[in-house]
Amino acid sequence: MAQNKVTTLQAINTALHEAMAQDDSILVFGEDVADPEEGGVNGATRGLSTEFGESRVRSTPISEQAIIGAAIGSAMAGMRPVAEIMLMNFSTVAMDMIVNHAAKLRYMSGGQTAVPLTIRVTTGAGFGTAGQHSDYLEAWFAHTAGLKVVTGSTPAETAGLLKACIFDDDPCIFIENLPAYWQKGEAPEPGQTIPLGKARIAREGSDVTVVTYGPQVAVAEAAAEQLAEEKITVEVVDLRTIQPWDRDTVLNAVAKTGRAVVSHEAVRAFGVGAEISSVIHEELFDQLRAPVQRVGAPSTAVPYSKALESAFVPDADKVVAAIRKTLK
Amino acid sequence: MNQASSTPDKAVLIDMYRKMTLAKQNDEQARKVIMSGKLPMIYYSPRGQEVIPAAVSVNLGAEDYICTIYRGIHDMLAKGVPLDSLWAELAGRATGTCKGKGGPMHITHPESGCMVTTGIVGSSMPIANGLALASQVRGEKRVTVAYFGDAASNIGAFHESLNMASVWKLPVVFVCQNNRYGEHTRFEKATAVERIADRGAAYNMPGIHVDGNDPLAMYAAAKEAVERARAGEGPTLIEAMTFRFYGHVFGDADGYMDKAEKEAAMAADPVPRYRQWLIDEGYASDDELTTMEDETGKRIRAAIDGALEAPWPDESELYTDVYVNDFSAA
Ligand SMILES: Cc1ncc(C[n+]2csc(CCOP(=O)(O)OP(=O)(O)O)c2C)c(N)n1
Ligand SMILES: [Mg+2]
Repeated sequence: MAQNKVTTLQAINTALHEAMAQDDSILVFGEDVADPEEGGVNGATRGLSTEFGESRVRSTPISEQAIIGAAIGSAMAGMRPVAEIMLMNFSTVAMDMIVNHAAKLRYMSGGQTAVPLTIRVTTGAGFGTAGQHSDYLEAWFAHTAGLKVVTGSTPAETAGLLKACIFDDDPCIFIENLPAYWQKGEAPEPGQTIPLGKARIAREGSDVTVVTYGPQVAVAEAAAEQLAEEKITVEVVDLRTIQPWDRDTVLNAVAKTGRAVVSHEAVRAFGVGAEISSVIHEELFDQLRAPVQRVGAPSTAVPYSKALESAFVPDADKVVAAIRKTLK
Repeated sequence: MNQASSTPDKAVLIDMYRKMTLAKQNDEQARKVIMSGKLPMIYYSPRGQEVIPAAVSVNLGAEDYICTIYRGIHDMLAKGVPLDSLWAELAGRATGTCKGKGGPMHITHPESGCMVTTGIVGSSMPIANGLALASQVRGEKRVTVAYFGDAASNIGAFHESLNMASVWKLPVVFVCQNNRYGEHTRFEKATAVERIADRGAAYNMPGIHVDGNDPLAMYAAAKEAVERARAGEGPTLIEAMTFRFYGHVFGDADGYMDKAEKEAAMAADPVPRYRQWLIDEGYASDDELTTMEDETGKRIRAAIDGALEAPWPDESELYTDVYVNDFSAA
């Protein structure tokens, strides 16, 4: 059967429609998300307010702190809010709400209250929006106990993981990649969700394991393609859930090859790759044939100039170079 | 035109027009170069809002500071950011104001007093307070202007900043350019008050509601606020009513906008209207203004041509300026 192709944006939109139809407690709010405002600046939430009404789907003032606060409160009172923070960098304005409250209320109340909210954010370099609009900040959230941090690598993966976040009983940060919004892939199965905390093997290989997530999965696959010509086979693990991450799948995949690279678009220093690399060394030290390599952006802001931005983003060549280091 | 008793002298009136036509023509050229494909960039057009910074800036000196936002090229030009390095920055070149690292949303040019351009809604105001604090502590007469949009008055930073500036009597002027929309959301839908100027009262500071497209009224409001700040009497909130002609980001479909409202606003374009007034009142002849406009247009085109020829930053520049001394950022 010929599969239907959809963009990531369409997959997200369909997932939100499905979830809202399934559960009346789901609310969607954020800047410009309702249809009079065109259903989001990129159209991710288009049609929702028309179908489910502006009581459940609300465009908000530009007030990130109040948006997340309202999501936390309504979640504690039994709703399942999906709050959109237009770009990941703007979540910094709401950090108190996210870090001091959403993440910790369950724990600090001794389990009496829950915060089943999803915060959708998008980000990513490539459009020349520079230092305040394209950061990957997943390490900040992963470092905060109590948050789940999730991201998809294809339209179908994105849809399935988003729904899992929405129906999960803990606060989830759902990271979308802006440049991927307009990329196509196979349509998700209607009704499908993908369990949180389970990684997937995106490509099988036996020489080196690349652990990655989000848009870097495609980059790792491109690197694997390049090396396949030299008969080097690369296994690509798509984490899907960055925290709590699937240690079993990652450690098994690395044990199989004895070589690992961890790759992400976020700044390399103090990044997710540092944690994963450490655990691999701790658990598999005597099975490793080379030190684990990390690929990530340099410790700079995302630069504006095309000439610098392309040097900033970790591309397939950088992943290939890291893989080669493990093969030396 | 609201012919107030405080009509400035001819030189100031002409200078205001010079700033307006510079910003207007710069915007026209920017949209043209984007459309031509020669310089793709994400661009927030300030077309329609030129009167506000023109009228504010003739009350400022080079030593005064501004903090502005992504939709702030008119503010920068009015304050004196030079065309050549501005355009080189827009083009991402090594000769840009920020060596190509900041781009259109983040122009900084301390020599002309343009200290911060922020891409984060609301963030011009807290930093403006700090710049003003430094002037206050040192006993300088410098004034800081914070520009921001109507929708930015709904973010916490606005409220915190106004309160602090008022408590400390900081030499700041908060200039809200109310263009009736924040991205795709209409002002009324997201803002609980009819007039943002009324929010000044909550922080015990004067709130001036003014037609920001009326150069004389805008000049009078700005003059009063700048003089108050310079005299150490504290901050003022100015809500300048205006309209943005080209949507939120240039190229957006603007289907969320009221067509009739937009057409009426564009028909009442404040820049040609002021030009006609200058002629009618005998402040300038058509020829004189045409000469000024032509010369301005030439300067802009030369800046664009120069920018497109300018060298790209070397890749090594990616790693510099993170700290005062270079370190290995790779
Ligand atoms: C904290 C934050 N939230 C959201 C955005 C996205 N955003 C950019 S401009 C804008 C609208 C701002 O409207 P307004 O303050 O009225 O200024 P205007 O663009 O109309 O000049 C929004 C929501 C942002 N840049 N920063
Ligand atoms: Mg506005």
